[in-house]
Formats: sequence, structure tokens, C-alpha cells
Amino acid sequence: MVRFENVGMRYGAGPEILRDITFRLEPGSFHFLTGSSGAGKSSLLKLMYLAERPSRGLISLFDREIATTPRRDMPGLRRKIGVVFQDFRLIDHLSAFDNAALPLRVAGVDEAQIKEHVTELLSWVGLGDRLNAKPPTLSGGQQQRVAIARAVIRRPSLLLADEPTGNVDEDLALRLMRLFEELNKLGTTLVIATHNQSLVGRFDHPSLHLSNGELRVERAPNRSPA
Amino acid sequence: MIFRARLDLPLERDGSGRFLPWIVALMVYLASLALAGTLVVRDAVMRWDRGLSGTLTVELPAASAGIRDDGAVASALRILRSTPGVVRADPFDAERTAELLAPWLGTNVDTADLPLPRLIDVQIEPHLEVDLGALAQQLAAAVPGAQLDDHRRWLSRVLRAALAIEIVAGVIVALVGLAAVTAVIFATRTGLAVHQGIVEVLHLIGARDGYIARQFEQHALRLGIKGGLVGLVLAIVTIAGMAAATRVGALDDAARVLPALRAPAIEWVLLVLLPLAAGLIAMLTARITVLRALKRLP
Repeated sequence: MVRFENVGMRYGAGPEILRDITFRLEPGSFHFLTGSSGAGKSSLLKLMYLAERPSRGLISLFDREIATTPRRDMPGLRRKIGVVFQDFRLIDHLSAFDNAALPLRVAGVDEAQIKEHVTELLSWVGLGDRLNAKPPTLSGGQQQRVAIARAVIRRPSLLLADEPTGNVDEDLALRLMRLFEELNKLGTTLVIATHNQSLVGRFDHPSLHLSNGELRVERAPNRSPA
Repeated sequence: MIFRARLDLPLERDGSGRFLPWIVALMVYLASLALAGTLVVRDAVMRWDRGLSGTLTVELPAASAGIRDDGAVASALRILRSTPGVVRADPFDAERTAELLAPWLGTNVDTADLPLPRLIDVQIEPHLEVDLGALAQQLAAAVPGAQLDDHRRWLSRVLRAALAIEIVAGVIVALVGLAAVTAVIFATRTGLAVHQGIVEVLHLIGARDGYIARQFEQHALRLGIKGGLVGLVLAIVTIAGMAAATRVGALDDAARVLPALRAPAIEWVLLVLLPLAAGLIAMLTARITVLRALKRLP
């Protein structure tokens, strides 16, 4: 599903912020991505959702070498990836419904299907009565749920979430985690970046831990899910 | 349809394209006037060419003021009417001569008091070869100083002038188009910079470059057509005003020798197509600009 081999990354002529990153994610796996602020979690995610190119090393997604994949094939790969951005990156002039529908619209899905799926998902995340609300009128938690709905609406093969529970209370955080686990059971590979160690401790999933630009795979703590 | 399309990018709300319709309006206005000028001149030249083909003018030297030399006219007419291929030869009467001179001398001048040359309007069989050199020699022998004018020299000058006008108009239209393209490029680049965040999101969730470019091109098409229509309306008002002015003689006497503002209806359709052309140029420019910019994204 995801394979990194000796990947290094630097921004411009700056220092290398990711060094010799090597790991492999099997289909249907669930990993946390942990590390202190500035450890490079977001940069690693950017490489995984194809927003950045590595300075060196090999990245393979869905059994395709990214370096040799033609540009015209990249949208197809990106459509298999769902992303929850740390800052949500919702489009302010579009309603919650239209924001969540965006991945379906860019893929040319029929409007009748879009209406059915988006309404159902937004209702599931507790925003059934805010379908037409614009992001600036929503609370931080509500915006986060719209962002998650947009990331999962197309049932992606790989879901990458950058601090998806950072702006919500404990109860909602656990509810969202249960949504991620449901998706995982349906076959989606997940990587959740967080610095919330107590959240990590509640679930029985391995972690990719970043420290000083280097990655270490940590086994699951062998606890039952909360 | 294009005026109601849903856009993921709020291009209508930002200032990137605010002045674009006015710039396009000005461009279409100038292009319309240049094109209208070309059509009118071309039509006038074609009419002159049609009117003069198969005609000759014989000019007999002026007698002294107030003296009518009808003998010279009669001699010239005899030669002309006996020449094979000449269909008709009619001398200009005093009234028609006065009419010709009216733009320069006014209508209240008694031409009988002026030493004016006598003119004979000759029509020849268009497809028959008439030896104009021999005819001119015969006329000069009968009436010393008589000249035969087949209008070719004058018409070739007019054609050269018309061609120059067409080239200048073409250059104006090209420059105007170039300026419009530049304005669209800047507006599109500004729009891309203003909405960089949204463009990135669309790109990252799997939108193809064409999907993003379509947002900008639809917006540019709308602005281009809107501006083009405004420019066309202003141009039509200007042209109609000038046509009315030439009809009622509001322009000075010299302007009366200018061709009438008319051209075949089918050619005026070209003017009506200008706003659509402006919209399509704006659309294509925006598309190319966005596609080139998106190639820089990974």
C-alpha cells in the first residue's frame, strides 16, 4: 500500500527534516504517527498525500513508484487518498454540504448520488441540521467534522489525518476515532498523526514515531480499545 | 447556462477580474470601429470599382470663361460613337458639372462663368478590347488637348489607400487583441494567487488540471462576453451617430466626399461576433495560463 525507502526531505536549501525514512504500510493497517511538534509529522504526511516530493529516496503508493508515475496519473492516485488537514482547509464560500461533496464532484459523480451520500454522512457526524452552513459560521469541532466527512466521503483506500481530534472534546474525539476504526474495518488503511499520547494509549494500534527527522516503528501497546 | 454555472472558486467575489469587463469593452469598442472602418472602405472601393469598370471619361480643355465650345464636344462625340465597342457617349451637362463641384465650391456658384473643361462620359463593352491608345490619339488630333481617362491610375491609388487602411485596421485589431490577452493573463494570475489555498485543496483531493482550469475559463468567458457586449453597444451607438451625421450633412463640406457608411449586411455580422470572439479569447487565455501554472504543482 505505502512503501518508503531511504526517503529524505528538505525544503529548498534548508536542513534535511526527514532522514532515511524507511517503512511499509500493509493494506488495511492502522498506524498512529507520533512525535513532538516540529518532528516532521506533517511533512511525512505531505509526502504520503503527494503534496511534496522527496529530496531523495523512493516512495511507492498503491504499488506505483511515484517518481516514475506520469503527471496525468497523479489525480487518480490522489483520489484513493483521503486527507484531514490540520487546519481543515475548508472552502469558506461553500456550504458544509458542498465542502464534503467536493471529492465526489471533482471525480464527476452524479449529483443525485452526491446528495444521498453527503447528506447521510454529515448526518452521521452530527451535522444533519447544518448542511447549508458556511464554514465561518461553524464551531472548530463542527469544521473538523466537515473536514473528516470530506476526507472519507469517497471511501478512500488510504486515509491520512493530521491531528484530527485536536479541536474536539474527549467524547467527540473518541466518536471520531470509532469512525476511523469502522473505516479501517471496511479496508481503509489509516495513518493518524497526533501528539496526544493518551489517545494513542487507548487503542491497540502500532505507531510510527518521528524524532529528529528519523522514524521508528513502535508496536501496539496491546490494550483493548476504549 | 455559462452565466449560472456553479464555481468551487469564489472568483466572482474577488477583485482580480473587476476591471476585466471594462478593459474588454474598450478593446471591443476600438476593434469594432477599426473593423467597421475597414468594411466601409472596402465596400466603397468595390462600388467605385464596379461603377468605373467599363467606363471612360474624355476631358476636353476649357474654353474661355463663359464660352461654350460645342463644336469640340460634337467632334469628340462623333469619333467616340463611331468607335467599335463604345456603347454610349454622353457629355456632362452644366447641371451635372455643378453637382460634381458642389462639395468644393458649394451650390450657389454659377459654373457658366467658370472656364471649366467639358467632360464626356463613355461606356464601353466590358468584354471587348478597345484600343484606348489609338482612340486617345484620334481625339487629340480632332480636339487639341483632349485627354482620355480610363480611371485606372486613380483607382489603383484608391486601392492602395484602401489596402493601407485595412492593414492599419488589422494591426489595431491585433494590438487590441494582444492587450486583451495580456489583461486576461494578469487577471487570471491574480485570481490564482488570491485562491492559491483552494486551488491546492482541489489539486490534492484529485481534481484534474482541466477541472481547475475550467473554473477560471468559465469566469473569463463570462467577463469577456459581458465586456464585449458593452463595447459593441458603444461602438454601434458611435457608428450610428456618424452615419446619421453624414446623412444630415452635419459634418463639414469636405466630409461629403467620404464614402457613405454602409457595407453588406453579412459583413456587419462580423461586428456582432466580436463579443463572442472576445469571450472565447479570454476563455482560452485563462485556460492556458492556469494549465501552465498548475504544472508547477507536484
